[in-house]
Amino acid sequence: MAESESDAAFVEFERVQKSYDGETLVVKDLNLKMPRGEFLTMLGPSGSGKTTCLMMLAGFETATHGEIKLGGKPINNIPPHKRGIGMVFQNYALFPHMTIEENLSFPLEVRNIGKSDREAKIKRALDMVEMGTFGARRPAQLSGGQQQRVALARALVFEPELVLMDEPLGALDKQLREKMQFEITHLAHQLGITVVYVTHDQTEALTMSDRVAVFDDGRIQQIAPPDQLYEEPENSFVAQFIGENNTLEGVIKEIRENGLALVQLDDGELIDCTPVNVSQPGERTRVSIRPERVEYNKARLQKGVHTLKAEVLEFIYMGDIFRTRLRVAGNDEFIVKTRNAPDQERLQPGQQIEIGWLPQDCRALDA
Amino acid sequence: MSDTSGPILAADGTPLKKKLQQTLFRSRARAFGLVFPLLAFIIIAFILPIILLLSQSVWDSRYADLMPESTKAVAGWDSSTPPTEEMAAAMVTDLVQARENKTIGKVATRVNRELSGTRSLFTKTARSAAKLEAPYLGALIDRDEDWGKIETWAAIKVAAKKFNPSYLASAVDMKYNADGTFEREDEGRRIHVKLFWRTLEISFLVTVFTLLLGYPVAYLLSTLPVRTSNLLLILVLLPFWTSLLVRTTAWIAMLQGQGVLNDLFVVFGIATDEDRFSLIYNKTGTLIAMTHILLPFMILPLYSVMKTIPPSYVRAAKSMGARPSTAFWRVYFPQSVPGIGAGALLVFILAIGYYITPALVGGQDGQMISNIIDFHMRRSLNWNLAAALGLVLLVFVLFLFWLYDRIVGIDNMKLG
Amino acid sequence: MKLTKTLLATTALAFAAGAATASEITVVSWGGAYTKSQVEAYHKPWIAKTGNSIVSEDYNGGLAEVKSQVEAGNVTWDLVDVELSDAVRGCDEGLLEEIDPSILPAAPDGTPAMDDFIPGAITDCAVASIVWSTIYAYDSTVLENGPKTMADFFDLEKFPGKRGLRKSPKANLEMALIADGVAPGDVYDMLESDEGIARAFAKLDTIKDETVWWEAGAQPPQLLADGEVVMTTAYNGRIFNAVAAEDKPFEIVWDGQVFDLDLWVIPKGAPNKDLAMDFLAFSTATEQLAAQASWISYGPARKSSSPLVGTYATKPDLQMGPQMPTAPENFKTALQNDFEFWADNQDELNERFNAWLAN
Repeated sequence: MAESESDAAFVEFERVQKSYDGETLVVKDLNLKMPRGEFLTMLGPSGSGKTTCLMMLAGFETATHGEIKLGGKPINNIPPHKRGIGMVFQNYALFPHMTIEENLSFPLEVRNIGKSDREAKIKRALDMVEMGTFGARRPAQLSGGQQQRVALARALVFEPELVLMDEPLGALDKQLREKMQFEITHLAHQLGITVVYVTHDQTEALTMSDRVAVFDDGRIQQIAPPDQLYEEPENSFVAQFIGENNTLEGVIKEIRENGLALVQLDDGELIDCTPVNVSQPGERTRVSIRPERVEYNKARLQKGVHTLKAEVLEFIYMGDIFRTRLRVAGNDEFIVKTRNAPDQERLQPGQQIEIGWLPQDCRALDA
Repeated sequence: MSDTSGPILAADGTPLKKKLQQTLFRSRARAFGLVFPLLAFIIIAFILPIILLLSQSVWDSRYADLMPESTKAVAGWDSSTPPTEEMAAAMVTDLVQARENKTIGKVATRVNRELSGTRSLFTKTARSAAKLEAPYLGALIDRDEDWGKIETWAAIKVAAKKFNPSYLASAVDMKYNADGTFEREDEGRRIHVKLFWRTLEISFLVTVFTLLLGYPVAYLLSTLPVRTSNLLLILVLLPFWTSLLVRTTAWIAMLQGQGVLNDLFVVFGIATDEDRFSLIYNKTGTLIAMTHILLPFMILPLYSVMKTIPPSYVRAAKSMGARPSTAFWRVYFPQSVPGIGAGALLVFILAIGYYITPALVGGQDGQMISNIIDFHMRRSLNWNLAAALGLVLLVFVLFLFWLYDRIVGIDNMKLG
Repeated sequence: MKLTKTLLATTALAFAAGAATASEITVVSWGGAYTKSQVEAYHKPWIAKTGNSIVSEDYNGGLAEVKSQVEAGNVTWDLVDVELSDAVRGCDEGLLEEIDPSILPAAPDGTPAMDDFIPGAITDCAVASIVWSTIYAYDSTVLENGPKTMADFFDLEKFPGKRGLRKSPKANLEMALIADGVAPGDVYDMLESDEGIARAFAKLDTIKDETVWWEAGAQPPQLLADGEVVMTTAYNGRIFNAVAAEDKPFEIVWDGQVFDLDLWVIPKGAPNKDLAMDFLAFSTATEQLAAQASWISYGPARKSSSPLVGTYATKPDLQMGPQMPTAPENFKTALQNDFEFWADNQDELNERFNAWLAN
């Protein structure tokens, strides 16, 4: 057991495809390996195939092609109720005609667990989500956040090794959502369970996950830990989708020996970039720079980097940061975020400035 | 000095409660004004006629109005001693008068309901009543010996009561006697209680059958994509666009001895040509046709409730390890109960008052209480008895509502 | 009750604007071949003669519509074709206008109307037009050696198969007793006693399980044609019509026929009472009654009409005389429906019949 686990992943998708209508593929050639205990988030716009993947894993959809393995064994032909996977649904799916205790008791009853055992497990699960005193209530008598906790407790009460969560926090307000994000992560790590989490909220994905799989168009565009995903997006979709991002369009002039690329922007200016998924001079490219990596304080600009002329269009004071909108190389939506430091200059609209960045923060991606 | 015990006063000194009522009066009056036309319409066109009709079940002043003297005379009679001369004299006076007013037919019809044969007794005697002379009792008995019988006068005494429980008694197979007692009707004439029970039985069975057939259909409809389900829903509703009579007649063509279904049975060797199934003109026919006709009334409430049950409930149950059957019975089914309640109540109440279908395909053992009500409305013209039967049925339906409310709860029902 | 009337009358006012014009009367009858015979023999000549028009409506018998119209004070029917027992009862209950027999024309030979009509055809509120009969009939292609007597109808051993009977005690009880050996003349005396009624029901019991019950006059020919029953009671005109107009192989058994009258009545407060009276007198004249008999096999209610009865309207070789219930050959064991008996006893007998059916 122990030896096979170190090699084989706990959850594995092998060349999985899914089509509903026989004409288009919703999931295209999906390959994914997850080790035991990982918190993996599937992130993507709606229609990207992430929920379908989750449903295939849960057993509510069958893969059109390919194999899904759990603990090394293919589960394609195992019905959902025999997979032993816990699941938290978008609208919680708490049974409205049962009390909270009955809701939690349900998965234990269908497993023929004795009454005293059941009671102990229910109490433990409810205490775990701090809902110990609500056992006799009905779901309708609870607030959204409380329902969310109960749904979590119910998915965990029968101690599954794998828990799936389908946008579980979508219906909560921002403050509650942030609190719950923390609690779920905390619980998952404390219990050592493996979690597959689906969301379209990138902040949620970044703050909660060990790894994030970005879905688009039925494929995983990139799968990586949050920091890598944010700082080193591998294509322009990921760069656009994760976090705020400035884009400039141009053509690769040359790839230099030091590995950097010289890009000529559409207005003729030249800049240095790190080539990511472009290799040939003459190829069109989209250059991506994070707003907080742009510098206009001349004292902080590194020597020898290309700078660009910019005109300040708007300056917003946001307390901890300043947010400045610039016109750069014909792009009116170029955003710069700067920390509110004592030496930070507060720009005025109409002001002409020069901006620059480190070549490794400027990534030349596919157009 | 303390005025805490007194009413709280508004700024101008009037008690606050009174002030509040004054302010609210206007808005209440306006609200009432808005619903008044409908209220008046319902009262005049619906509630009042029902009350007037139902009042006929206990109120029949025909005899007392047309035969005032004999009404007075029999009122004091103890209904067990032989008739007196005084009663006979009053009767002759009334008969002469009724003959003159040409109301004798109405009187005779009324008394005949209490005792068969008295119709002709009254009409024949009335023809020669003017010639009768004292002593009247002897003269009457001379005309027809029935005038000397206690049962004749007992029937008159019952007919003379304005507020008259005899119709209600008859509706539950009881007999109201002249001395104010009740007894059960002769065995050969007991029919209503039996029919009430059969009506209940048929309504119950139809409800069960529509539920068994309608539940899977409603479930299918609720799980299909909207386009497909709308198309199928139209098919479900299609029967509504056909006249009830046409649908019932179509069942006759299907079910009769030489009908489509029996022909198929013969072709497949399920029945022999000589020994075909009796599918119509009996209870089976009533059940089949009513189940079909009332099916949409079960499907629609079920569908509207099932549509609101998200598929994630059953998925959640399965993800927790419940087998599909467990997931259905413990999670899906309880949530569809409001639809079952609404559909079952709707079908049951419609079925309990059904009449055209059983009349056409019911034969002798597929008749229901409404067929008897119809019979008394249209054939025997005994509207009083029809009203009494209707009243019993109404009370019974209200009782069922009450029972339903106690067991399931009216609020636990979705009608749309 | 008064209040009901006022209420219903108020609603009726709303419709009064659309009421018929004075020169139009509404005549209500039983529909089908029977109404057609009346239209041909009565309506058309009357319209031609007077220039008035007639609205012909169908109904299913009974006094319910007349009663509700009269009680609501909104009578729309001018003339209704009813059975004898309904004519008597309607008159008793004050639902019908009284008719002065002096308006009826004498026979061509001068015999006064009162003597020309068969006995019982003229009552206080009604004038008869036809004699019709409840008989039983069978399909001669199914039963080649067919039944001959009333007793045969109840003999399941000799003639196995389903029977059709009207869902009413009327005529059934009489036929049951005749089949049980009671002479037609003694039938009603027998039915006056409880034993007689019990005997009739006992006879009906012998075929109860094999019986299909019909209610509308159009059903029996259909039941026969569909093979639902091997023999059924029916109104003789309906069977005749199926044979003459649709060439159905049906045979009528006249033994034990129970005949009755159909009469014209005028609902109390009919909107065109005088015109209705005129139509009534016209249609019950000798020639009109004779003319109707060439369209349907119901006997005219006037003696003077019988010699004038000719052939079927569309089949010149089909003599109508022998098709009539009153034809001597058919009339031997005929029994006249006793309306007095039924008026007195129908409430009780209906109740017993319904109870018997339900058991």
